Amino acid sequence: MQIIFLLILVSLIIALFFLLAFIWAVRSGQYDDDYTPSVRILLEDSETNKK
Amino acid sequence: MAQVEKFSYDNAIVRNFAYATIVFGLVGFLVGLLAALQLVFPEANLGLAETTFGRIRPLHTNAAIFAFVGNGIYMGVYYSLQRLCKAPMYSKLLSNIHFWGWQAIILAAAITLPLGITSAKEYAELEWPIDIAIALVWIVFGINMFGTILKRREQHLYVAVWFYIATWITITVLHVGNNLEVPVSLWKSYPVFAGVQDALVQWWYGHNAVAFFLTTPYLGLMYYFLPKAANRPVYSYKLSIIHFWALIFIYIWAGPHHLLYTSLPDWAQSLGTVFSIMLIAPSWGGMLNGLLTLRGAWDRVRQDPILKFMVVAVTAYGMATFEGPMLSIKSVNAISHFTDWTIGHVHIGTLGWNGFLTFGVLYWLLPRIFNTKLYSVKLANAHFWIGTLGILFYAIPLYFAGWTQSLMWKQFTPDGFLEYGNFLETVTQILPMYGLRAIGGALYIAGYLLCMYNLIQTVRSGKLQAYEPAEAPARPKAYVPHKGEHWHRWIERRPVQLLVGSTIAILIGGLVEIFPMVLIDENVPKIESVKPYTPLELAGRDLYIKEGCLGCHSQMVRPFRSETERYGEYSKSGEFIYDRPFLWGSKRTGPDLHRVGGKYSHSWHYNHMLDPTSMSPGSIMPPYPWMIDNDLKYDDIADKIRVLRLLGTPYPEGFEEKAAADLEQQAAEIAEGLRKDGIDDPNLEQKEIVALIAYLQRLGTDIKPKAQATN
Repeated sequence: MQIIFLLILVSLIIALFFLLAFIWAVRSGQYDDDYTPSVRILLEDSETNKK
Repeated sequence: MAQVEKFSYDNAIVRNFAYATIVFGLVGFLVGLLAALQLVFPEANLGLAETTFGRIRPLHTNAAIFAFVGNGIYMGVYYSLQRLCKAPMYSKLLSNIHFWGWQAIILAAAITLPLGITSAKEYAELEWPIDIAIALVWIVFGINMFGTILKRREQHLYVAVWFYIATWITITVLHVGNNLEVPVSLWKSYPVFAGVQDALVQWWYGHNAVAFFLTTPYLGLMYYFLPKAANRPVYSYKLSIIHFWALIFIYIWAGPHHLLYTSLPDWAQSLGTVFSIMLIAPSWGGMLNGLLTLRGAWDRVRQDPILKFMVVAVTAYGMATFEGPMLSIKSVNAISHFTDWTIGHVHIGTLGWNGFLTFGVLYWLLPRIFNTKLYSVKLANAHFWIGTLGILFYAIPLYFAGWTQSLMWKQFTPDGFLEYGNFLETVTQILPMYGLRAIGGALYIAGYLLCMYNLIQTVRSGKLQAYEPAEAPARPKAYVPHKGEHWHRWIERRPVQLLVGSTIAILIGGLVEIFPMVLIDENVPKIESVKPYTPLELAGRDLYIKEGCLGCHSQMVRPFRSETERYGEYSKSGEFIYDRPFLWGSKRTGPDLHRVGGKYSHSWHYNHMLDPTSMSPGSIMPPYPWMIDNDLKYDDIADKIRVLRLLGTPYPEGFEEKAAADLEQQAAEIAEGLRKDGIDDPNLEQKEIVALIAYLQRLGTDIKPKAQATN
């Protein structure tokens, strides 16, 4: 059943990368503002769909 | 303020994916209906091998998942990613290669699956050349997506983009991991893993395909399109961030819940259960976040069919993600596994969550890129109600069917015998439910036809704005490097390259680890009496795979008294070490076959395959006359033996040269046995049926059941 250790290893590596991505996101200020992004997506930047 | 830059969004590629979504939705649903009808009227297989349940069931699942939902994902991603990044797609050429490549793969699937070309792994049935094509097109999609993210003008990555990134990375690893196979010929391969190990890899993949193909990308779409359609921000952006990270970290561990009470080690089963139960927290966090986005706007839901679709989609997500953890509890799974409960569960997810969210997005998005209004809100409302009824008529009967059948399987008389010793009784009992399910599916399709008409009229009334001009300030450089900085800073500034590079690193690491392990030893307790398949049995086994028998028959006797009484000794992991691929199955529409070997005579099997109702009156199994007519092709038997030996099956050196002769001899013996029972066909020994009988008679006979303890 070594395969299960391999799967756990691969899963852990994936988790580790997401952890790194998370740390990057926090440290680079991605989450400093946890409100305006939700509003900003509602604003259209193209001429066509501006109400 | 940085200089404002002008650019334009590519709507043509969004339109292409939208069209493909619409077309393949219909195909996937219709094939599903055809399969559902065959469970009530076996004649609905049209008497053709290509349209019989075992072969079209994978066609249905692949069409629904990869053609309908797949194109739906790309449609939503290509629309929202450009706008969230305030940048056009990285490369128009890559967009087009992605689009046409994916459609070509779907075409290849639609041809090969009915022909019986399958690797037998659920939701990964396609054979190795198509697997490679999928990997290539997926990488094209990845380059295009990450390129767009790199060239974005908006510093912040909205939560939806994170969901897309997670989807891409995880599916890459899963697809490669589960499709490691060694080709025998252009359209046949054997997986590098065998038995229990193959099962574990398959369900690690299978579960995460649901998680990262049907769920995370659609959550990304929900976080973009639901706020857009409601024109209000998501209830809590903070919660969406927590939702994403919690879900990502927990999801990948839940796979073993597909293998509860099987030959998988107990601790691995418990691991899967624990993580599956934990999953309810992030899943419901996401569902509530979606629904609460509409707080104070429920009056609009009453009028707007788009919001209605989205509300039901999110609710279905909530129901499915409540049910999932519940089904992962071992005592619940003991009842639900192998029954229609599972089928009902997944269809709440696909018809409700994926289907309805796709419809909502289509209704919202097509009028926008065609600069027009939705042709008819009334029709969309009608679609909504008919579709919702369809889901209810589909799922509720299947829940009842699952419970009824499982309880019948487990029912003992006061004297300790099985109350329903004949499996068929438990099938005929639920046939009315199968009928209702087909009606539910038909309703869902009826609603969908209204949708198609409505969308076609919408498109006709407008004109595609292929390039939608937009403007946004350039992204400020977040950080200016300085001399003597720590080397790690350099990496940190390149998150996307980091992710892509890391994925490649995992894959290389994985391959390096897997191959020696596979080639050196089978790491499963060996049972001395378990021997490799003979060439004829092997050929029969590959026919079993080709006809998709595993769509209705499991090969896994669980350690319950109700199962050992019915089928025989429970299955041991050591019995499967030569099984490439494993064929445990996940549904018992017919009885388990792991101990079928020696249970019936050769001629019983012959007559049963010719006409199942002649041996079991009332059976809903389709007849397989072509297996009696078709000559067995075994010109590749030497290659098969060679590949299997390479993978570790202990066939002696040089056996491949004798394999054909060995096969012919065993076929002659079985044909002789059949002739003794009065079956008269001069070329009997050359027919496919003989190989199938050889395989079925071998199943589960390698071990002798232990003597019962007496006390």
